[in-house]
Amino acid sequence: MENSLIIAGFGGQGVILIGQLLGYSATAAGKNATFFPSYGAEQRGGTANCTVVIADEAIGSPVVTRLDTVIAMNEPSLAKFESWVKPGGTIIVNSSLVHKKVARSDVRALYIPANELAEQLGSEKSANMVILGSYLGASQALAVEPVIETMRVKMASKAKFLPLNEAAIRAGKELAESQCAAGKGAQG
Amino acid sequence: MEKKFMKGNEAIAEAAVRAGCRFFAGYPITPQSEIPEYLTKRLPEVGGVFIQGESEIASVNMVIGAAAAGVRAMTSSSSPGISLKTEGISTLAGAQLPAVIVDVARTGAGTGQIYPGQNQYNVATKAPGHGGFKVIALAPATVQEAVDLTYEAFDYADRDRNPVILLADGVIGGMMEAVVLPEPKTAFPEKRDWQIDGCQGRERRVNRSLDNDTVKLEQFQRDCAAMYERWQQEDVRYEEYLTEDADLVIAAYGTSARVAKTAIRELRKEGFRVGLIRPITVSPFPYIAFDKLDYSQVKHILAVEMCIPALMVEDVKCAVARRTPVSAYTRGAGFVVSPDEVVGAVKDLISKGGAQ
Repeated sequence: MENSLIIAGFGGQGVILIGQLLGYSATAAGKNATFFPSYGAEQRGGTANCTVVIADEAIGSPVVTRLDTVIAMNEPSLAKFESWVKPGGTIIVNSSLVHKKVARSDVRALYIPANELAEQLGSEKSANMVILGSYLGASQALAVEPVIETMRVKMASKAKFLPLNEAAIRAGKELAESQCAAGKGAQG
Repeated sequence: MEKKFMKGNEAIAEAAVRAGCRFFAGYPITPQSEIPEYLTKRLPEVGGVFIQGESEIASVNMVIGAAAAGVRAMTSSSSPGISLKTEGISTLAGAQLPAVIVDVARTGAGTGQIYPGQNQYNVATKAPGHGGFKVIALAPATVQEAVDLTYEAFDYADRDRNPVILLADGVIGGMMEAVVLPEPKTAFPEKRDWQIDGCQGRERRVNRSLDNDTVKLEQFQRDCAAMYERWQQEDVRYEEYLTEDADLVIAAYGTSARVAKTAIRELRKEGFRVGLIRPITVSPFPYIAFDKLDYSQVKHILAVEMCIPALMVEDVKCAVARRTPVSAYTRGAGFVVSPDEVVGAVKDLISKGGAQ
């Protein structure tokens, strides 16, 4: 098993955080993982993305240009990375902020209204956790419980957000699984 | 053994502390700033000293002082900052002082770019300062290896009374990967007769890299040359990956090497017999690894480097000594070479008759 993904968005959307949580969780689960960040000199408002590889085998390159999954948290990210997904791969679109559709027909496209879902649960700030959950649902690369546990440990200093984050991860996973089961995607 | 998912720079810093480093002076520069950042907090916890110098030059000069006092000392920087430190590194070598210098290399001349590069090869292996001295330069390809080599670098430095360079690049420094951290070292060299640590009750000692006695200086230079020869015999480290049946061998170190491994696994699935020689010590360079190849079988050697022009390829050519053609595939300007590109470069060579 090897699953490579890019998580891309604006600085401040928490893409680096969920990439790191995947890495911590994969390590705890006994898998190999790499995390490689890329961001501009800006912080909030600039572009940010990270590449995560989760694998059973040794990982060669931590920088990948042919990906199993792309997560586009905003519209520029979809434009930049849509072509990087392997045929048969998955694109997860944060449809709260991305109003374009995936143009390709050879990939599975999931549309997750992460900001709205997170807001319904209590705070838009957990949009990245909704997306994290949707990746778990779509890829089945890691079980959800250990990821939630990792999130609790790594974000212990933000105790009041923990229940919300957990609910957001579960909601994202559920929505992604139901979209996958409904066979959405091939039609883009 | 517990595995921790750590950023390369922080893992290097923690490994240094566990190796007994108790003095660090540095100055921020991307992509290595997490090393000093981590040590600001960590060194005081173990009774060590962290100083952010007013410049790279001041920092390396503080390391000279700490090393002369007998403390395990380190500084770190990235390519342009290493240029500023070379005078101090040369002084360390000339004054026979042990220290570890970490270069998390970035790309390009001048300020270049903040993105990863392997452009520091010649600086680390040929001229880490003026005066024609050499250092052991260690080039990790994983975060775990960065930890292990940092941990050992201090021992090499103390053994040889010479600076050691850890040559990483921005990928190794910036990426996160699982590591098992070594136990903190407890055995250190005895108090040595050259340490400048207070002369009450004994003769004062002088440590300097200037010696007016040229006869003594020439002997020192001969001793150093003999030490460099010894390194070639005893300290060369490299990895051979699927070279036994290979008719095309890739030569790559650091990040390029791990990318090349992925490419080789893909090429092997398609039936191409490709292998890898990965220098771990880029100085002393593993010339011997290339002598072990069967040149009736190896039709081509391809150096893969994240630097334009390729630099390590010169050492590869020297090692191969025209027994088979050598060329290079390069990416520059901070672009990380991809497995697909390496696969393409190998297939291109094969289609031109470079290998079967």
